[in-house]
This record gives sequence, C-alpha cells and structure tokens, in this order.
Amino acid sequence: MKKQVIYRGAEAEIILSKYRGKPAILKHRIPKSYRIPHIDSLLISMRTKEEAKLIIEARSTGVSVPIIYDVDLQKGTITMEYLQGKRIKDILNNLQEKERKRLCQKIGESVAKLHTHDLIHGDITTSNMILLDDRVYFIDFGLGGKNSEIEAKGVDLHVLMEAFESTHSKHPSCFTYVLEGYQNESPALAKVVRVKIDEIVKRGRYR
Amino acid sequence: MITLGFEGTAHSVGVGIVHNKGKHCTVLSNVIKTYQPKKGGIHPREAANHHATSIADVLSESLKQSHLRFSDIDLIAFSQGPGLGPCLRTIATAARALALSLEKPLMGVNHCVAHLEIGRGTIKDCTDPILLYVSGANTQVIGFAEGKYRVFGETLDVGIGNCLDKFGRTIGLSFPCGPKIEQYALKATQYLSLPYSIKGMDIAFSGLLTAAEEYYRQGKPLEDICYSMQETAFAALTEVTERAMAHTEKKQVLLGGGVAANTRLRTMVGTMARERDASFYVPIKDLCVDNGAMIAWLGHLMYQSGTRMSIEDSVIDQRFRTDMVKVTWR
Repeated sequence: MKKQVIYRGAEAEIILSKYRGKPAILKHRIPKSYRIPHIDSLLISMRTKEEAKLIIEARSTGVSVPIIYDVDLQKGTITMEYLQGKRIKDILNNLQEKERKRLCQKIGESVAKLHTHDLIHGDITTSNMILLDDRVYFIDFGLGGKNSEIEAKGVDLHVLMEAFESTHSKHPSCFTYVLEGYQNESPALAKVVRVKIDEIVKRGRYR
Repeated sequence: MITLGFEGTAHSVGVGIVHNKGKHCTVLSNVIKTYQPKKGGIHPREAANHHATSIADVLSESLKQSHLRFSDIDLIAFSQGPGLGPCLRTIATAARALALSLEKPLMGVNHCVAHLEIGRGTIKDCTDPILLYVSGANTQVIGFAEGKYRVFGETLDVGIGNCLDKFGRTIGLSFPCGPKIEQYALKATQYLSLPYSIKGMDIAFSGLLTAAEEYYRQGKPLEDICYSMQETAFAALTEVTERAMAHTEKKQVLLGGGVAANTRLRTMVGTMARERDASFYVPIKDLCVDNGAMIAWLGHLMYQSGTRMSIEDSVIDQRFRTDMVKVTWR
C-alpha cells in the first residue's frame, strides 16, 4: 500500500494506516538530519514514549483523546484511532460567538482535568484539538509531561494564550472563555494558575 | 528617497544610509563601531558613553562613504527600542538633533522588525519569511500573520548570544565569545548530554548554561562542552523555527542577529529548510548584526506608507515589543 501522508507537521508525519483491518493513524516522528544522531534518536524515542504514556493517562482523567493501538520506540511510531473530525483551528473563527464561547469553555474544562492530574500537554494550540461528535479531542502530546508545579500548568495555558493571539486574534475573548471553563472544573487551581499566567506574561521580554 | 538611520540599542553604534529602487533596498553606506567592555558584559552607562563619543565620527564616515551631502538626506530614522535605556537615549538625541537641524522628518523604528525588513529589502525572493532572530539579548522567531509581526516563539530567559557569552566569561574568554566557542566546537571528540528545553514554541537556555558550567567545573574538555552547547541549543532553535514555519505554512526562513554569523547554526537551519522544501536566506554580515542601514530601511518603509512621527512621539521604549508595531507597509 502506498504511504498516505495526511498531515506533515514540523516533527512528525501523520499517515493514514490500518490496524487489524480498521482505519488507523500512524504518527511517525521523522529523523532530522540537521541535528546530531545522538540528540535525534534520544528526542524521538523519548517523545514517542512520553506521548503514548500521556495519552493513555489523559484518557483516564476523562479527557477525550485517540485510543492507542500500538507503539514502536525504535521506529518512533504510535498507531492510534483515526478521528475523522475537524481541527478547532479551522472552525473556531467561523462560529457564532455563543458557540465559540461554549467550545472554548469545553477546552478549558478539559485542560483543567489534565492539570488536576498533573498532566501537562506542552503544546496546547487549536491545531492540536479535533472536534468530533461534539467532543473536543486533544492530540499531539509530544512535548508534554507529568508535573505538579503551578509553573508548568501556567506555561501550558500561556502557550494556548499565545496561540489564540496569533491565530484567532479577531476573537480576543477566546482565552477568557477557556479560563472560565477551567475555573468551572477546578476553582481552586484556576485561582493560582491565573496569577501564575500574569506572572509569566510579565516575565516575557519587554513586557 | 534617501534615508539615514541611527542604531544603538546595545554595544554597537551605527549609521547607515539607504536608497530605494522601487521596493528594493540599496545600501549606500553602513558604518558600525562596537563598544568592547574591558571585562564582563555590557555596562549600559559605559556603552552609552562610547556611543556619545563615537557618534559624530560614525556619522561623518557614513556620509563620506555614501558620497552624499547632508542636504541629500530625506528622512532620519533611529532605533526607538527595544534595548538598553542609556544607549537608546543617546542615539535618539543624536537623531532628533540631526532631524531638527536639517529640517527633515524623524522616524523611530522597532529594532527587531528592522532585522526582518532588511532581509526582505535586500534579498531578492525573500518576500514573506519566518525570521530566526538570534543576538545577545534577543532570541525570537518572528513572522507576519494577520496584519502584524508576531512572535511565534522566544526565549523565556536569556538570549542565545548572552548564554554563549556567559559561558565564555566563565571559561575566561573575552566578548564576543560566540566565535571562539565555535572554534573550540570544531575540535570536539564527543557529545555531552545537556538539557534540551522547549515549551510549545518557546525555548529556554538557563538550564543548559548551568549544566555546561558544571561540566567545566568537572574538568570535561572545553571542546566537547562548546560542541555540545552549540549542538543542543542550535537544534532547539532550529526546531522552534521549523514549528513556526509549519504552523504558519510559510516556505521561507531568514536568519538575523549576531549569532547568525555562526556557521553551524547556518548549516542546521539551511538543512531544515531544504528538507521541507523551503528557501533559506541570510543577509550579508554587516546587515545581520546591529546596524544603521536596517534602521534606515524600516524608517523608509514606514514613511513611504504614511506613518509620521513628531519629536514629542519619539520617546524611546526599552520594552518595545515586536508585536506592538503598527504595520502600514504590508
């Protein structure tokens, strides 16, 4: 079968594949020849392993994620469920404000669920969320990890804040809605994380 | 239109004169003089004193090399920020004085955006790049999206140049340390593991610096430490740049800032670009480092597209962020 690449990101190819006869997604981390083999193989196997672990743990917290079928650390591949939905990045700008608010709050609730279990996504952007059957699925945990510190949770949300600013700048309330959802899910965590985000913003250069 | 630009955000003071041929920038002169601290890093007051003493000479030399007279100049531009306060104030004063005495318009510009625009202005085909801007203080991945220059990723602590300089000072090198570290790295025999820190599209170097200094204290070969620092830090820089390119779907990458002179970094970013069928550009060295020509060029673009600045509005801004610039010329 010819390799069918449905998306080529910065670090991996997303290939349409099959697992036991069922359609599946193969995420293949591509070796990069710009970096030395030592760093390259370490990053690829570490990130593949960490990602698979995080996706499985995220599922147990009630956050929607693809089901993992298989993992190969040497090849740097994860075989997982094929989610035939729409990227939030592509639809968010075209929604009615009310619907956009509902969706952003949902996103916030899911992020709070991850964070209350010390799961850090590491790259929360709207390109890494898929809407399917009115559920927001989180994909690409490749830069994530486990961390109980407020700092890590703040940075995690700050990445999303910056993504909104650069990709959905016409809808400045998105991040506020996310924080509302986050607060509904975990008021105590929301309180400290909000303070932390302000601190992170100020820490950035020239703020 | 002929524009004269003053640069002086950090250790370099420069005066450049540019002329536009349509949308292309022709550099008529670009004189740079750099403050060299006797020891340690840049002392802002000493650097400002250096700029104040040098600026008249740099200005006359630049004018001489351009074969122009003061009366030929149509616009005076200067770096309004970001940078060191005392340095910025010194060159802003020079720019205001010249503009008032020649009765020519004045234009303050953003230093970081100037690094990107000089690439677009002087390199044919470089039209819409992602800029990896790597200098002492600044490490940013910048691109044009939704009407503004946006920072897609940046350092969360020190700039890459500063990180290399700090390590260099630990091992007794003089400023700038980057070129010497590059030489050491060529003679390395093995890679030593260092923290590789990427958060989303942002990057951090302080952990890497601490670990490298620890290797030095343990007596590990300097060549290996320098090599490992370069390989780790530059791989991370290349990775965030590639992520920004994938995110924005841009097919061009531009390198700018003093660290862009590093051959290994150029090779890595160039390889990354080739592997994703993108084009890779680096301006000539004098347009990569802090220089007056790039300031003049951005001033020109702003003026041509209708921006005007009164003397009252020409106050410097040490924290002038890339995404605060109102882009009227694109």
